[in-house]
Amino acid sequence: METKPDTEPQPSLACGLFSFGVLSPDGAFGQSPSLRSSPIPRPLQRIPFLLLAAWLTLAPEVALAESAPAGRSSLLDWILPQQFNTRVVLLGTLLLGMSAGVVGVFMLLRRRSLVGDVVGHSALPGIALAFLVLEIRSPGTGRSFPALLTGAFLSGMIGVGCVTFIRRWTRIKEDAALAIVLSLFFGIGIALFTVIQNLPRGNAAGLGQFIFGTAAALVPADVLLIAIAAALSLALCGLMFKEFALLCFDEDFARSQGWPTVALDLLLMALVAAVTVIGLQSVGLLLVVARLIVPAVSARFWTNRVSRLILIAGIIGGVSSVFGVILSGAIPRLAAGPCIVLTGSAVFLASLLFGPQGGVVERWWRDRQLRLRTARHDLLRAIYEIVEARAESLGRIVEDSGSISNRPTPAALAALHLAEVSVSEADLNAARTWPASGVRKVLDRAQRERIVVRDAAGWRLTTEGAAEATRVVRNHRLWEQYLVAHADIAPSHVDRDADLIEHVLEPDVIAELERLLAQRPDDHDVPPSLHALPGS
Amino acid sequence: MSEFVVRISSWELLDTWIAVTGALAAMACAVPGVFLVLRRQSLIGDALSHTVLLGIVGAYLATGWLQRLGWIGAAHGTPHAAMFVGAIVVGILSSVLTEAVQNAGRVESSAALGVVFTTLFALGLLLIRAVADSVHIDPDCVLYGMIEAVSLGEEGIPRATLVNGGMLAVNLLLTAAFFKELRVTTFDPSLANTLGINARLVNYLLMAVTAATLTAAFESVGSILVIAMLIVPAATATLLSESLAGVLIIALILAASGAVLGHALAITLPAIIFGPLGFPDVQDASTAGMMAFASGMLFVAAMIFAPRRGIVSQAWQQARLGLRIVREDVLGLLYRLDERHPGSGCPRVDLLKMLATGGPIFTRVALAMLRSRGDIKAGVEGLRLTEQGRSSARDLVRAHRLWESYLARHFPLAGDHLHQPAERVEHYLDSSLQQEIADELQQPPIDPHGSSIPEAAASTSSTAAQATPDRKERGST
Repeated sequence: METKPDTEPQPSLACGLFSFGVLSPDGAFGQSPSLRSSPIPRPLQRIPFLLLAAWLTLAPEVALAESAPAGRSSLLDWILPQQFNTRVVLLGTLLLGMSAGVVGVFMLLRRRSLVGDVVGHSALPGIALAFLVLEIRSPGTGRSFPALLTGAFLSGMIGVGCVTFIRRWTRIKEDAALAIVLSLFFGIGIALFTVIQNLPRGNAAGLGQFIFGTAAALVPADVLLIAIAAALSLALCGLMFKEFALLCFDEDFARSQGWPTVALDLLLMALVAAVTVIGLQSVGLLLVVARLIVPAVSARFWTNRVSRLILIAGIIGGVSSVFGVILSGAIPRLAAGPCIVLTGSAVFLASLLFGPQGGVVERWWRDRQLRLRTARHDLLRAIYEIVEARAESLGRIVEDSGSISNRPTPAALAALHLAEVSVSEADLNAARTWPASGVRKVLDRAQRERIVVRDAAGWRLTTEGAAEATRVVRNHRLWEQYLVAHADIAPSHVDRDADLIEHVLEPDVIAELERLLAQRPDDHDVPPSLHALPGS
Repeated sequence: MSEFVVRISSWELLDTWIAVTGALAAMACAVPGVFLVLRRQSLIGDALSHTVLLGIVGAYLATGWLQRLGWIGAAHGTPHAAMFVGAIVVGILSSVLTEAVQNAGRVESSAALGVVFTTLFALGLLLIRAVADSVHIDPDCVLYGMIEAVSLGEEGIPRATLVNGGMLAVNLLLTAAFFKELRVTTFDPSLANTLGINARLVNYLLMAVTAATLTAAFESVGSILVIAMLIVPAATATLLSESLAGVLIIALILAASGAVLGHALAITLPAIIFGPLGFPDVQDASTAGMMAFASGMLFVAAMIFAPRRGIVSQAWQQARLGLRIVREDVLGLLYRLDERHPGSGCPRVDLLKMLATGGPIFTRVALAMLRSRGDIKAGVEGLRLTEQGRSSARDLVRAHRLWESYLARHFPLAGDHLHQPAERVEHYLDSSLQQEIADELQQPPIDPHGSSIPEAAASTSSTAAQATPDRKERGST
């Protein structure tokens, strides 16, 4: 994935997090100068986050004042959480979603998006084993949340280690290695689960939630653990931002600069495992990978810079998680895990369609703009060349002594002939091929843009149209000359090549061409065509 | 062990049917699995194993709806046929969606896959929970399978066995019919295009077959554990064979044995492990889980012990090569010492110090081997070459000095840079190559350092014996 520096205005959403005070602008998340010079006034940037903060802190106080009985069936209850419990769950979910989104960015950049899936699946035997060990030591204590998470973390790491081992020591490819480890660990986990269910005192109830996930079943102590772990991994990502980014983009360079790449890789994997494991209970291990991938992939459509990618992914992760939980709480019979994932998918779909960096709509719009500009340029050049050919055949452009400087200036051509001669549709159709919708559509659009006007004999250029036509033809012929002079291409072959490139020639390229072809920049003369014109 | 025998002796007719069903399901999965592994699409198999859930639930909902509308009758087999159709549709849909996300958004393929399959799976889970009352699908059953619940049908054969057996037959027939197309599109998609084979179509066919197979198997082993049957035997087989047909056959065998082994472990292992820990009630574990475990263990075994690609075999080849190099270095060293001080031996301690290659253990083993072969002998003054050892050593030193001469002739290398590369290459120059170099350099009498290049040994037994393994080891490294 190429990530090039860009200088476009900063998305306002990303600025907000700084003003919220969560992150220092000069701190860990990689500050760029344009952050300060955002077009949106600073006080306005704060609004979303102030609202979020207000919602998380004030709503329960209001509820307490009213001393309303807590129920979770009404949507309002979830939007304005009244119970301490609900508020804690939402805060934990928010932090979790954010840290998963942030860590996911690094996984996406390392092209290891599905490692989270392996961690999720291979956490299962760890959970079961931790439960069994605790039960064997002293019955009844199996459901210790920290112990289960530790087991899950360790076996998730072992799973990732196995993938690395298989890739290193056999010729099995990465995809198969992932699938093998995933299914092997999951199989062992399922077998252990059935064993647990057969235990006489086996209070396995609650273990199943790791597979499918139930956010609402969390107790405040669990959420506190989750929140602390999520905040820690978030902070770690911030502190190690530079190192991780370097690891993602140029591992060899990092190694040659003396960075401990293996240790960094391991740390990153541990972060993935930690985020995955603490996310298990809310979405379940089958879907936990979505929380890692989806925010990162979605954020990719909004920016090309890593620092912003991380911010946006974190925000998407956090907000979509919270929204998913609210949705599942408000509507009965909607499981939380799938809800969180589907909210993320909706964000992804929106990003895919409307993201400004390679989103479908944006690309369609750019393609359309290019198509229209191409058609416009083609039309202008076609009219110019038809007029030029006619003028030559009438002898009205006099080339005495054959020197270019004695030819009439383009301004004169424009004033005298270009804007006066009418061209018929038949002439235009004979001159070149047009888009499938026909030359008429191009002409209509050009008329709306006031570069051509219709008269009795057909179509003729306006003054502005004539000026632009002169420029377009000049660019085209400069490129033709360049190809002939510097690329050794026969004059009869340059027309098509120039036709392809003339629409995207930037002013600085034109200046360079002028320099190369020893044209004076102020000489706006149109060079003669190097080949026979279609109309002549 | 005796515990195992006791447990396994309680094997009943039902156990046989469970094992047979599992084996058939695993074999049916292994056929598309081989192609998925070879096409590096294993993760699509993983994704499909999740997303077929949506197809199954969707099909149940759709048939129920159509029946209520009265468009289709409540025929006996309808839900199952619909299930297959739903799974195939979703299978192809996942593939199409992944491609679309990949192309439309320029998202990396595994990330696109991750986004699509989690979305479809989440949708399936949501549906299954939301309509749990109207359709009788237990998500646990869909995910982990209930192979233990195979019930004998009226004909005495469980329905799941028939379904999986039928699927296996279909898969084998399809593979036989499209073997050429599958092989070409798997190994060389661009050649397939020039041959006029539609690689996309073959891909969709593979996706459809995979989805249908997963659906057939999900009842018995669960949709998630199916991934173990899909990928693991196939990946194991690629470690054991080099030909497509060989991989297919080995994968089928591995799949069947993994399933049988898995069930045997499921009814024995838990009791053996957990009995002594104070849990006499633990009798068995999920057969599907243990089948995945058994397949995994077969993979681990192949990874370690595979004849050519296994870790042990590779380590053994490395060790043999390393030993040979140390042996030859010892011979070369003794030869050069003898050149300088004829007739004097070299004390073992000095030799170990001078030797650049090999760790202490390797060197000791190499010395022991040399002595037992009669190449060196220990005298009063230390180690010295025997006549037989001298002729091998002469061969090696000749290779070394010839290579130095060759480098000096053809590459602008400084005199002190010739020794290092020659030290490496000397072990790989067999007599015919030496002959070629010597001919090209017109039989040089001395090397660039002024030492004389020994004459080629007149095809003594030791050189001839050495030349052959030389070639073999060079080919394998």
